Amino acid sequence: MTQVLINAPKTAKKGEVIELKALILHPMETGFRPGTNGRIIPRNIIERFTASWNGNEILRMDLSPAIAANPFVSFFAVATESGKITFRWTGDEGFAVEESVAIDVA
Amino acid sequence: MLPVVFAASFALAQGGADRAGADKRRSGYQDMGAALQKMQDDDSANPGMLFVQLGQQLWSKPAGAANKACADCHSIADMKGVAARYPAMLKDGDKPIDLEGRIRLCRTANQQAGPFAPESRDLLPLLAFVANQSRGMPIAPPDDARLTPFREQGTAIWARRQGQLNLSCAICHDDNAGKKLAGVTIPEAHPTGYPIYRLEWQALGSLKRRLRNCLVGVRAEAYPYEAFEYVALEVFLMDRAKGMIFESPGVRP
Amino acid sequence: MKDIPVIPRAKPEGPLRPHERSLAALGMTPRVNRRAFIAGALVSVLPLATARATPEAMAAAIKEVVGDNAIREGRVTLDLPPLIENGNAVPLTVSVESPMSEADHVKAIHVFNEKNPQPHVFDARLGPRNGKAVIATRIKLGDSQKIVAIAETSKGEFFSASADVIVTLAACLEDLT
Repeated sequence: MTQVLINAPKTAKKGEVIELKALILHPMETGFRPGTNGRIIPRNIIERFTASWNGNEILRMDLSPAIAANPFVSFFAVATESGKITFRWTGDEGFAVEESVAIDVA
Repeated sequence: MLPVVFAASFALAQGGADRAGADKRRSGYQDMGAALQKMQDDDSANPGMLFVQLGQQLWSKPAGAANKACADCHSIADMKGVAARYPAMLKDGDKPIDLEGRIRLCRTANQQAGPFAPESRDLLPLLAFVANQSRGMPIAPPDDARLTPFREQGTAIWARRQGQLNLSCAICHDDNAGKKLAGVTIPEAHPTGYPIYRLEWQALGSLKRRLRNCLVGVRAEAYPYEAFEYVALEVFLMDRAKGMIFESPGVRP
Repeated sequence: MKDIPVIPRAKPEGPLRPHERSLAALGMTPRVNRRAFIAGALVSVLPLATARATPEAMAAAIKEVVGDNAIREGRVTLDLPPLIENGNAVPLTVSVESPMSEADHVKAIHVFNEKNPQPHVFDARLGPRNGKAVIATRIKLGDSQKIVAIAETSKGEFFSASADVIVTLAACLEDLT
């Protein structure tokens, strides 16, 4: 089931700087919170978020437990050519999610 | 584009009524800072929309012995306005049912599937998806005389002092709304955004969950999840908020 | 602050991430293999107090990134609401003035805090493909504190901006039972 919301334009002019937004469902458990039994709830976070345009990396972000649950990231990219923008999230407990959107650059 | 248009028209609708002098009621949205208002208005940043999207997928998923999906009996257009007019009486019911209860009823009676637990991972996204279809519409409780005794029950709960702090809902949310409690503005407590993404929960939750937090807040023992008190309160609250714009999914601190 | 035993989770191999290096520097072992975990858990009880980041820990984390280079004012804008209704999700935007050309661009943005359990917030690697050096996200803040954003350019320069924020809490909370 999709747990990701991506906001990216479907078309862009070559050279245009576009905004990309990505939101993903994830508890981002810090590893510092005690649970109801007083014991610390184990850490479970997304550690890395990357975005690439037709395979070329355009953003690499190392996240810490200080990033809020259901992490949201917004950033910019130059529309170079048509193709695929791929977003990837990896983290604790083998978490690995990849989503792509197509973009048409004229 | 649409979220921007919605945000502008929503802010205008709520604030505009204010300016006209006719409706001075404030949604919790108006008591939040600009940064959180922006978070709610932007569909690509509002964490509640993750649950709406999940709900949209669940809507088309067949379930139960009947192997039916919600989509098999209802069109999405059918859902427009539904959340704005619940709780409501069932045709031959003796008590009003809230939207959560209505979905749970469909699940067991029509889909013939195992029941949804309250606040469960499957129920909340469906609730969010259905409620989202009423976004932008005025809250419109049904004009049903049968609701009267239950609205009165809700009114009585609202006015009754409870808990170790011996506070009634009315003392904070009618008498002291707009003033500060522990650095935070006390809202008028209109159910305009439910189910909400509450930052405190870091998750989406129902009005019931929020009312339970209120009860804990006055150091009362929260009624169990299945208690009818929550439905009676909601009948009262939706009537009190009649005409205010529905914002689901709201973002709240 | 009560001493709560911090029991590290068993974690996979790999180089320590920036926030884990800070934890290690503060005396916490962010990664422990299963055997050591079981043996050590009964013996090692690390007081939570030492795991609190402090202005010194933030300064140390910044120094790890900047080294002996000068940190200059300007070019960086750190956008945070001055009064925060709930520290669980605080919207934050860092923008850096830069031509973002091959010759002159922002290659990294680092954000630090001074009162969360560890001083890192995030590290973002950028390049000329971004067009604009702007990152927006939502962060967790455990207390009113200072946030610092540092931009590193391709020319090896460091610019920074900071913001002091007040974090309040919603009044009626959850009973975790």
